[in-house]
Amino acid sequence: MIMGITILLLFQLVGEVIAYFIHGVVPGPVIGMALIFVALSVRRGRFMSQPFEEATKTSKALLENLGVLFVPAGVGIVQHFDLIAERGLALFATVLLSTVVTLIVTVWCYLATKRLMGA
Amino acid sequence: MSEGLWVYLSTSPLLWLSGTLFVWIVAIGIARALPANPLLNPVLLSVSAIVCLLSVFHIRYESYFAGAQFIHFLLGPATVALGIPLYEKLFLVRANLLPMVVALFAGSLTAVATTLFLGHVFAFDQTVIASLAPKSATAAVAMAISSGLHGDPALTAAVVIMTGVCGAVIVTPLMNAMKIRDYSARGFAVGLASHGIGTARAYSVDPVAGLFSGLAMGLNAIATSLIVHLFL
Repeated sequence: MIMGITILLLFQLVGEVIAYFIHGVVPGPVIGMALIFVALSVRRGRFMSQPFEEATKTSKALLENLGVLFVPAGVGIVQHFDLIAERGLALFATVLLSTVVTLIVTVWCYLATKRLMGA
Repeated sequence: MSEGLWVYLSTSPLLWLSGTLFVWIVAIGIARALPANPLLNPVLLSVSAIVCLLSVFHIRYESYFAGAQFIHFLLGPATVALGIPLYEKLFLVRANLLPMVVALFAGSLTAVATTLFLGHVFAFDQTVIASLAPKSATAAVAMAISSGLHGDPALTAAVVIMTGVCGAVIVTPLMNAMKIRDYSARGFAVGLASHGIGTARAYSVDPVAGLFSGLAMGLNAIATSLIVHLFL
């Protein structure tokens, strides 16, 4: 478990260092995600297999409980009660409409491409 | 005496760290007991319960966050962790590569463009619009993008959660109404629009939907961080 979380944190750390030098065009954790994917893809044979197995276990545990990680940030809504009191309806409409349209466009493009490929 | 206890407990992160986890476990229990109702989303339930507790006891967000930050911090390694299933399911990714690339590009662009458009329609100021723009990306990423755009990361965090809950609540009725039965497509859409909260919902509906949702969340984190620079 310590090994697994250490691997993930080290990849995040390298990602943050790169993000600093590219002025945060892509955030550090995302670079870390791309790096761990590349590291796993170029890895050959048994090289570092145990640390990566541990990291895989830790990643499963984290991703199975992903929802709880959003709770502290979500509670941050209490700091924006003034914006919600004034513009709550507009804010909610923006989020709702944009999310519905995004869902429809995404699912439609996915299925249309799949159908074109099959034809 | 009770006031002394509050002061004593507020000096340590223990109260709100354990409080957040306990509320979450109760919320998960409620959501699992009544899976048919998408409004009983565990994130929505937990956030509402804690917001009520903070309001009733007049506790400032800063003191809450002093404890809860240890949970929040794990969003970073959890984002890195997304690279592992991406690698493990590479064969599924390869088989659906073209639909995913097209849907990713179209969906990510739609998410940012509709938000900016509606933001201007409703005449929000520039800081609010910059804070809203990355709302479909996962929280850690969206907050980093928002601060890069001179938005308010705290507002972004709240809007990201709203977007996540919103997508997780409407995806099942919407897709059923559209008569879409392809769970890879349904999962990909909800992961792209509603990141981790959508992915948690997708896993509770169907494992294939969950996988594609996780993929879409990871890919959209990258896509959004690039696409926002086209507009802002």
